[in-house]
Amino acid sequence: MVLDSKVPKGPIKDKWTTYKDKIDLVNPANKRHIDVIVVGTGLAGGSAAATLAELGYNVKAFAYQDSPRRAHSIAAQGGINAAKNYMGDGDSNYRLFYDTVKGGDYRSREANVYRLAEVSGNIIDQCVAQGVPFARDYGGLLDNRSFGGVLVSRTFYAKGQTGQQLLLGAYSAMNRQIARGKIEMFNRHEMLDVVKVDGKARGIIARNLITGEIERHSAHAVVIASGGYGNVYFLSTNAMGSNATAAWKIHKKGAYFANPCFTQIHPTCIPRSGDYQSKLTLMSESLRNDGRIWVPAKIEDAKAIQEGKLKPTQIAEEDRDYYLERRYPAFGNLVPRDVASRAAKERCDAGYGVNATGEAVYLDFAAAFERYGKEQAKIKGLKNASKEEIIKLGQEIIEEKYGNLFQMYEKIIAENPYETPMMIYPATHYTMGGVWVDYNLMTTVPGLYCIGEANFSDHGANRLGASALMQGLADGYFVLPYTIGDYLSDDIRTGKISTDTKEFEDVENEVKDRIEFFINNKGTKSVDHFHKRLGKVMWDKVGMSRNEKDLKEAMAEIKAIREEFWKEVKVPGTANEMNPELEKAGRVADFLELGELFAKDALIRNESCGGHFREESVELDGEQKGEAKRNDKDYAFVSAWEYKGEPSDAVLHKEELEFKDIELKQRSYK
Amino acid sequence: MMNLTLKIWRQKDSNTKGQMVDYKVTDISEHMSFLEMLDVLNEQLVNSGEEPVAFDHDCREGICGMCSLYINGEAHGPDRGITTCQLHMRMFNDGDTITIEPFRAAAFPVIKDLVVDRMAFERIQHAGGYISVNTSGNTQDANALPISKHDADEAMDAAACIGCGACVATCKNSSAMLFVGAKISQYALLPQGQVEAADRVQNMVAQMDLEGFGNCTNTGACEIECPKGISLENIARMNREYLKASLKG
Repeated sequence: MVLDSKVPKGPIKDKWTTYKDKIDLVNPANKRHIDVIVVGTGLAGGSAAATLAELGYNVKAFAYQDSPRRAHSIAAQGGINAAKNYMGDGDSNYRLFYDTVKGGDYRSREANVYRLAEVSGNIIDQCVAQGVPFARDYGGLLDNRSFGGVLVSRTFYAKGQTGQQLLLGAYSAMNRQIARGKIEMFNRHEMLDVVKVDGKARGIIARNLITGEIERHSAHAVVIASGGYGNVYFLSTNAMGSNATAAWKIHKKGAYFANPCFTQIHPTCIPRSGDYQSKLTLMSESLRNDGRIWVPAKIEDAKAIQEGKLKPTQIAEEDRDYYLERRYPAFGNLVPRDVASRAAKERCDAGYGVNATGEAVYLDFAAAFERYGKEQAKIKGLKNASKEEIIKLGQEIIEEKYGNLFQMYEKIIAENPYETPMMIYPATHYTMGGVWVDYNLMTTVPGLYCIGEANFSDHGANRLGASALMQGLADGYFVLPYTIGDYLSDDIRTGKISTDTKEFEDVENEVKDRIEFFINNKGTKSVDHFHKRLGKVMWDKVGMSRNEKDLKEAMAEIKAIREEFWKEVKVPGTANEMNPELEKAGRVADFLELGELFAKDALIRNESCGGHFREESVELDGEQKGEAKRNDKDYAFVSAWEYKGEPSDAVLHKEELEFKDIELKQRSYK
Repeated sequence: MMNLTLKIWRQKDSNTKGQMVDYKVTDISEHMSFLEMLDVLNEQLVNSGEEPVAFDHDCREGICGMCSLYINGEAHGPDRGITTCQLHMRMFNDGDTITIEPFRAAAFPVIKDLVVDRMAFERIQHAGGYISVNTSGNTQDANALPISKHDADEAMDAAACIGCGACVATCKNSSAMLFVGAKISQYALLPQGQVEAADRVQNMVAQMDLEGFGNCTNTGACEIECPKGISLENIARMNREYLKASLKG
C-alpha cells in the first residue's frame, strides 16, 4: 500500500478553504441516520463529539473515567496558542505555521500545520463564546503570554489551569448534546478493539468497567481520540489510566503507526523522590518565563547540596552556572523543551545535579521577584521601598501568575518556593508520534479516524508549548467535522450497522479470550512489576539520548519482558466485576509491544531531530559542536509502520515530506 | 519510615453489604503520596493472592477530580486545599491508625470498595451547565466582548471546581449547593451566560433536588474541605440568581 497523504493541491494559504468548498456534504436530514463513535473525551474527542452532534450525527462517546471532564487534557496548565496578533507583535498565521514546523524540527506535514495555524484564531473565539474564563487585562481584553521557542506572545491562558477550562468548555458543549440525546455518553467504558466490516471501521468492542460486561457498538465511522502513549515509560506526567490500547488495537487491525520514537521529555517537572513513585508532576513551562535555571558551578558545592550540607540560597551569584543562558544567549531559559531537557541531563550526568538523587536542577525566581517588585514600587509610587518590600511586591505578582503551581510544588516537596529555588527535572510528557493519518485525519483503515495527541500529524519531532491544546481543539472543533462528512456522504443509504454479525462476534471472542487468559493465568508477578521494568528499559535506553547499541538491547529486553509477562502475570479477581488490575493488564500488554516498535523506530532514524537525539548524529565542530544534527537528505520522512505480528517484524512505509513554503534550517537557539 | 494500621471500607459491589477491614503496611516513606501508600498495600495484596482495594484516581496531580476518599473523617484527608492524590504521608505519624472510607451520600452510591457513583453530578450538568452556542467558526472575535478583569477573575475562581464531590461528602445534609453554585456563578458572572441565566439556575437546581442532595444550612464545611477553595459566596450568588429567576416567572 502506498501512503497517500491526500494533501490538496494549490498554494498553502488556500488549500483548506478550497478543500472545504469542494468536499461532499451530508444533508441535515441524512445526518440523523448516521452514527459516529468517538473514543476518548479529552480536548480532541470532547470537541469532536460535541461538534458532530451539533451537526446532527448520532454520537456515541466513550471514556474510561466516570466523566468526560476528567480526561487528562484537564491537567494542561500553561495555555493555548493562537495567531490572533492581539499584542501587535507581528504574529500571523504564517508565523505560527513557521514556528510550529521549525519547532517540530521539519518532520511534520506542512499542509496540516498551516491549517492548524489557520483555525487557531477561531478556537479562541469559540471558547470565549462558551464562557471559558481566559485571563484578561484591566481593559477587559484577553491577555497573552509568551512561551518557549518562539519570539511573539500568542499564548492565551486561564490562570495555570488552561487545559481544565478548555476541557470544561468542550465538556459543557457535550453536556448540551447529551441533554438533547444527540450524544450517548458511555462513562467508565474502555474500548478494547475495533470491528471492521468489508474493510471499513464499523464499530468497537468495549468493556463496561463497572460490571465487566463486554459490549458491541456499531457506527458508520469510528474516531479514536485516546491521547498519547507516554505511560510506556511507566513514570510520566500522564494520568495513571492514560494508555495506548485504543491506538495500538487499531494499529493491529491495519492502521499504520507513525514516528513512535518522537516523544517529548518536558524540562520542568517535579523530580522523583523514591522507588515508590507512581507518576511525575509537571509544572507549566510558563515558569521559565520568569524563572532562571541553574546548578552550582563548583562540583564540591553540588556534592554538598546532594548531601544536604548546603542550601542553594547560600551559593553566591558568581558560583552559580546559569547553563541555559550561558549556552544559548539568544533564547536563554526559553529554549525549546528538548534542548532544555538534554541540557539538564547533561549537567546532572556530569555530577552537578541537586537534591539527594542528583537528578534535579534549580529554577530560581529571585530575580523575577526583584524585577516585578521594582516595577510595582514605581506603579504604587513608593519612593524609598526597602529590599524586603520590593521582594514582597514582586512575590505578589508571581503569586498572581503562578500561585497554584507554587502551592502544588510546596505540597509535594514540602519546601516553600518563595524562599528557596524550586527543583525541577525532565519527565516524559507528550508523544508527537501516533497513528498515521492523512489530511482528512483518516488512518489507513477507511472510516477510522484519529485525532489529537493520538495521531502523529502536526508536531513533527517536537511540540511547542501551548500547541497540544490548540491541536486537540482544532482537530475536534474545526477539522474532523468537515473531513468526516466527505467520507460519510457515501453512507447515507447504508442504514444502521448491525452488531449481530460474524465480524462483531469474532472480535468480541478475541477480546473475551484475552480477558479469560489474564484471569486464569495465575502467575507470580503483578502487572505493575512488568510495567516498571518496561519503563526502566525505556527511560535508560530509549530516553532523552539514544544510540544504536542501547536501542538494540532495548528491543531484545522488551521482548524478553513481554514473554515473561505472558507467562507470569498475575491478575486477581474476576472478569465480571470492577477490576482495576485486569484493566491495567490489558494496557501493559499493549505497551510491551508498542515499546519495542518505539525502540525499532528510534533505531532506524539515525539522525537527531526534535525530541529524538541520536548520539551518533551530532555536530562535530564549530559553534554548534555537540548539538543535535538533523539529516534532511536521508530522513525527511514520516516513518509509518505496518503491523505484521511481532513488533520487530513491522514493515516500514515512508511518507516523504516536502517543504515548499519553508526553507529547511538547522535549528539554532544560540 | 512509618508502620501504619489501615481500616478500609471493603464492599464487593453495590448490592453487597460492606464492612471495615484492617490492614498493616510497613516502611512507608513520608515523601509518598497517600495513593502511593495505597499502591504499596495493593501490591502487597496482589502478591498474597488477595483482591486489591478499588479506589478512584487518575491524574494524581489534583486536577481531574477523580480521586475521593474520606480519611480519618475528612474528605481528601487532613490537609487543606488539596485532593487525596496530593496528600502526603508526612501528614501522619509512625504507628497511626488511618480510617479510609468512600465519600458517603445517598446520591453517591458505592460501586465497589472506595469507588462511588457520581453520575448525579453529570445529570445536573446536563440540565444546564453550558452556554448554547454551536461550533461554527463564525462566532464574533473574542475581543469584541470586553469583560472586566474583576468579573473574569471571579468567574475563573468559580470555574476552578473539579467536580470531586468533597463538598457533598463533607456536608451533614449531603448538599451539592457548592458544586452547583460554582457552575451557576461562572456563567452568571460572564455576559455570555446572561441569555439563559434564568432557565439555567432553575433547571440545575431542579435536577439537584431530584437527585436527592440535601439543603444548605450554612455550616460552611464544604468551603473548608473544597480542594480548590470554592467560596460560599457562590451559594449566595446561586440563591440570588434563583430568586431573580423565580420573580421573572
